[in-house]
Amino acid sequence: MFGSINHTSSVTNSLFSRQFLHPPLQDHAGIKPFFGGRRSHTATSFSNDVDQLPTEAPLQQELNFPGGKVKFMPKRIFTSGSNEERTNCYRVLNENGELIVDSDSLKISKELGVKMYKDMVTLQVMDTIFYEAQRQGRVSFYLTTIGEEAINIASAAALDNNDFVFPQYREPGVLLWRGFTLQEFANQLFGNKYDYGKGRQMPIHYGSKKHNYVTVSSTVATQIPQAVGAAYSMKMQKQDSCTITYFGDGGSSTGDFHAGLNFSAVMEVPVIFFCRNNGWAISTPISDQFRSDGIVVRGKAYGVPSIRVDGNDALAIYSAVYEARKMAIEKQTPVLIEALTYRAGHHSTSDDSTKYRPVDEIEWWRDDQNPVKWFKTWIENKGWWSDQAESEQRSSVRKQLSQAIQAAERVEKPPVADMFNDVYDVPPKNLNEQEVILRENIKKHAQEYPSNVAV
Amino acid sequence: MASIFQGVGAATSLSSSTSIETKKFHFCSRRSPSERKACFVVVRSGGVMVDGGLNRIGGRAEQLVTNAVAAKADTPAAATASKPGHELLLFEALREGLEEEMERDARVCVMGEDVGHYGGSYKVTRGLAQKYGDLRVLDTPIAENSFTGMGIGAAMMGLRPIIEGMNMGFLLLAFNQISNNCGMLHYTSGGQFKIPVVIRGPGGVGRQLGAEHSQRLESYFQSIPGIQMVACSTPYNAKGLMKAAIRSDNPVILFEHVLLYNLKERIPDEEYVLNLEEAEMVRPGEHVTILTYSRMRYHVMQAAKTLVNKGYDPEVIDIRSLKPFDLYTIGNSIKKTHRVLIVEECMRTGGIGASLTAAITENFHDYLDAPIVCLSSQDVPTPYAGTLEEWTVVQPPQIVAAVEQLCR
Repeated sequence: MFGSINHTSSVTNSLFSRQFLHPPLQDHAGIKPFFGGRRSHTATSFSNDVDQLPTEAPLQQELNFPGGKVKFMPKRIFTSGSNEERTNCYRVLNENGELIVDSDSLKISKELGVKMYKDMVTLQVMDTIFYEAQRQGRVSFYLTTIGEEAINIASAAALDNNDFVFPQYREPGVLLWRGFTLQEFANQLFGNKYDYGKGRQMPIHYGSKKHNYVTVSSTVATQIPQAVGAAYSMKMQKQDSCTITYFGDGGSSTGDFHAGLNFSAVMEVPVIFFCRNNGWAISTPISDQFRSDGIVVRGKAYGVPSIRVDGNDALAIYSAVYEARKMAIEKQTPVLIEALTYRAGHHSTSDDSTKYRPVDEIEWWRDDQNPVKWFKTWIENKGWWSDQAESEQRSSVRKQLSQAIQAAERVEKPPVADMFNDVYDVPPKNLNEQEVILRENIKKHAQEYPSNVAV
Repeated sequence: MASIFQGVGAATSLSSSTSIETKKFHFCSRRSPSERKACFVVVRSGGVMVDGGLNRIGGRAEQLVTNAVAAKADTPAAATASKPGHELLLFEALREGLEEEMERDARVCVMGEDVGHYGGSYKVTRGLAQKYGDLRVLDTPIAENSFTGMGIGAAMMGLRPIIEGMNMGFLLLAFNQISNNCGMLHYTSGGQFKIPVVIRGPGGVGRQLGAEHSQRLESYFQSIPGIQMVACSTPYNAKGLMKAAIRSDNPVILFEHVLLYNLKERIPDEEYVLNLEEAEMVRPGEHVTILTYSRMRYHVMQAAKTLVNKGYDPEVIDIRSLKPFDLYTIGNSIKKTHRVLIVEECMRTGGIGASLTAAITENFHDYLDAPIVCLSSQDVPTPYAGTLEEWTVVQPPQIVAAVEQLCR
């Protein structure tokens, strides 16, 4: 199940996958795909024995349809819309922070484990403080990753820095793992001149080419086919890397999700589809989003190997993504991972989720199922962490953050010229004219113009 | 970029010594200096002389052939080509341009429905899958938004995809990706990621293809910031624009017309790349400036014959660059003739003609002796019935009548 995309016998495999994708094209080696699939009887058996009933030719038991042999059945049996049992969920750490017996979790080193935990803490603290900053009016918008720290950090830890990331918007942890500093985060939030996006995007729409993390685009799920295209590019250029794209349960309803998965399977490209099924798409619960058994079952529909993991178990996520990446690159196949978790914070600073969901539900997931807490228990049990280290880490991050925020706040905003650059590779005449008009206006009404923006 | 720009003045003297008789032209793109060969030119249609102080868009018009033979009015191609050349149909010219670019740069790839094994519904990609493999000429499932998104993702990783919409109308499904990602990502990423895609396909009113397959998408795409739009109309400019679009680092939408694919013309054997932002002088004249593009160019030229017989001297310009407009060429023409007629296939509301009218009024109002007249299709879905369909498209008699009215 895990390893194979091809559904059937090796004979008909060649109808589809490998042979199709290697140049130059030839006749399909004598295997003719035929529709309506009736193998023609050889002419001799009929013309010679006209009167003889064709009792020798056995009745068809199956249809040789493109994609593989299909057995017939004489009874109307509709497959149910859902299975009795839901797809199992891969988990290796229990809620007491203990490794489950016979789990096949990958072993991680102390260095890796501690870095993972530290980054999870940093992410948690960062979210709290930046959220506060928005509430204080210093930042215009923010969205937290509370409850999904394990997904962010553990998945990033299992990847290589050359793997291209196509995020939705709730994955700043991946950037954090790769070395994006708190100052760089703050610069983007304040849209100052050090922001790599040059102040052009809303807060939390991070992007960094040097970290192989594509700029967040507000539109939902448009990154999914882009990730497939990037994986296609990697396949064409024979690179030893994959792409990963993240999206939520809501994003899985879009047309782009469908086509992205479909394409990736047809083209056999190394892409990891990571679905953060956190139960809510703003105020839409998953019961209103789909009626399938989550997103993991859809992988099969497209021919994509899939797995469901516990999104609050950092070790499980790490192991699953590590394996998925290996599969994706070695076998040149897409992989779908559905992580079950919970959006413990509000959708964003523009949302108050207590309006549509019970407070005790939020509290249960945020406190009892807290991924940071679980992982902490595990590394403490291993002797790699302590309470003192914890308080040091938290206070150090808090201090860095407040410094970063203060510094970012004071930095100038990008200059007016940056409004017109990068629309094209070189500004065309009409944009140059428009810039001149704008500058004239600024000069004329200098007092209306903000003082912290360079002209 | 500025340095290339100022080089124009110096270059004109350089290229004057590079006469047309030279057999080997090396036409190279305006890319990095290391890629340039000894002499390189961007052929300007019509071979019009341009002076060095020219404020062209971006640095794209680099060195210009100044001693091109004065072009005969309606054969710009013949002007600069050495005589043999070869004849081909427009779709073949597109294919030739595409193939040359695929040969030249291994990162160029094609994706779209039925482009690979089938060779494209208008045969533009015929034979390419057999030559380059079906990974590089990719047949995609039917999901325009997704393969456009794929092309964008691939472009961000360094490939140069050409995305074919089987019919331009289908690209409406890709509008989200084109507007929100293709046009924007270079800007919103602060210049970190570039999207050098070419989105192309046939559009326009065909022969009874029905409303959904007769759309003029240039109307809808024209306000997306970050993209460029060009429309080809002859085999010569089809090939040149295709090559220019592929080499451009900006996302370019290349509009072809369903009815023009079988036009035949003789084009040069030498390699040439046209300028994406330039309009084409089809027929110089004195009395009125007629601005048009794509299929309407032919209706205009037909009307021009009648007009000439009636004693008028229309100047016909194929604007070619739909975004941005080549206001330099257009402006020079208006300053000469003082009258403008725009002939387009777009619908009246919100079409290219509407934007062009606004741009001309804003920039050249003082030079106009009469209000701008814009002939467009009506604001109706294109009917299937042949007679009705014909009446929705601007016909030569209407153009003649409009000119007579303007020049009164």
